[in-house]
Amino acid sequence: MTNRISEKIGGGWIFFIIVAIFYLILLSFNFPLGKDAFIKFFELLQKIIPVFILVFIFIFISNLFLDAKKIAKFIGESAGIKGWFVSIAAGILSMGPIYMWYPLLADLKEKGMKESFIAVFLYNRAIKIPLLPLMIYYFGLTFVIILTFYMILFSIINGLLVDKLLKFKKPII
Amino acid sequence: MTQSILKESLIKTLNGFKQVLPIILGVIMLVSLSIVTIPKSFYESIFTGNKIIDPLLGAIFGSIAAGNPITSYIIGGEFLKQGVSLISVTAFILTWVSVGLIQLPAESLMLGKRFAITRNVVSFLTALVIAILTIFTLSFL
Repeated sequence: MTNRISEKIGGGWIFFIIVAIFYLILLSFNFPLGKDAFIKFFELLQKIIPVFILVFIFIFISNLFLDAKKIAKFIGESAGIKGWFVSIAAGILSMGPIYMWYPLLADLKEKGMKESFIAVFLYNRAIKIPLLPLMIYYFGLTFVIILTFYMILFSIINGLLVDKLLKFKKPII
Repeated sequence: MTQSILKESLIKTLNGFKQVLPIILGVIMLVSLSIVTIPKSFYESIFTGNKIIDPLLGAIFGSIAAGNPITSYIIGGEFLKQGVSLISVTAFILTWVSVGLIQLPAESLMLGKRFAITRNVVSFLTALVIAILTIFTLSFL
């Protein structure tokens, strides 16, 4: 029954409806808190609209110019060391909230992007060049340099581990 | 490039976005809720001073929390002022940006459940290792 509903309206809408019901319950029990959450929601929504448009353009360009062959060359199974560099650089340069990039990554995955490169991209999103001065202000330059170095290094380890764990025949998680 | 290819790509992109829109909206609603319900002062009260438990607590609360990385730096900076260990603060700011429990349903729906869970678990563990290594390296400089 649940599967049939999920197929009919899509898992995404079910997720949204559950969250919306939760908001309605919150509003009926604690109206000021629910109202604050709604205000915050619209504030965040306003902030991410430019990123949303940017991601839309990227997906459109990828649909227009990238096919499975090109994906394989740069970020697919046969990409080799180039794939690691592309994923690290793309992760660092990408902006906005992490969840805004899921649609593009899902699209690229469908076209053949290696899962380890997706993990590397997502890990390197933690390194934000425009935010580095603020991080230096709070934690000092030496700390930031060491941390950034380990984050890039471990993003590769992260990608390799995710790849290995996902290749197990029996799901371990 | 023909007009039909452009139209086809645009329709494909629009259809894809129609599917992800409710997920994105749901996640933003959850993130907003977590921001207004968890006050910054809450994080200050979680640390015990224990050298083993505190980094773990930092990593756990960083995984649950959501929002701009700037917020994690500000909270992390406040933690340091209050005497919380740098290793705990490092674990906190690392998991804040690399692990996302609130985004997990969206990540699962779009990138696959197994991938999302594996990536978040691995990111949580590597955050702890990076925190230890960073502080260890700093002690030599």
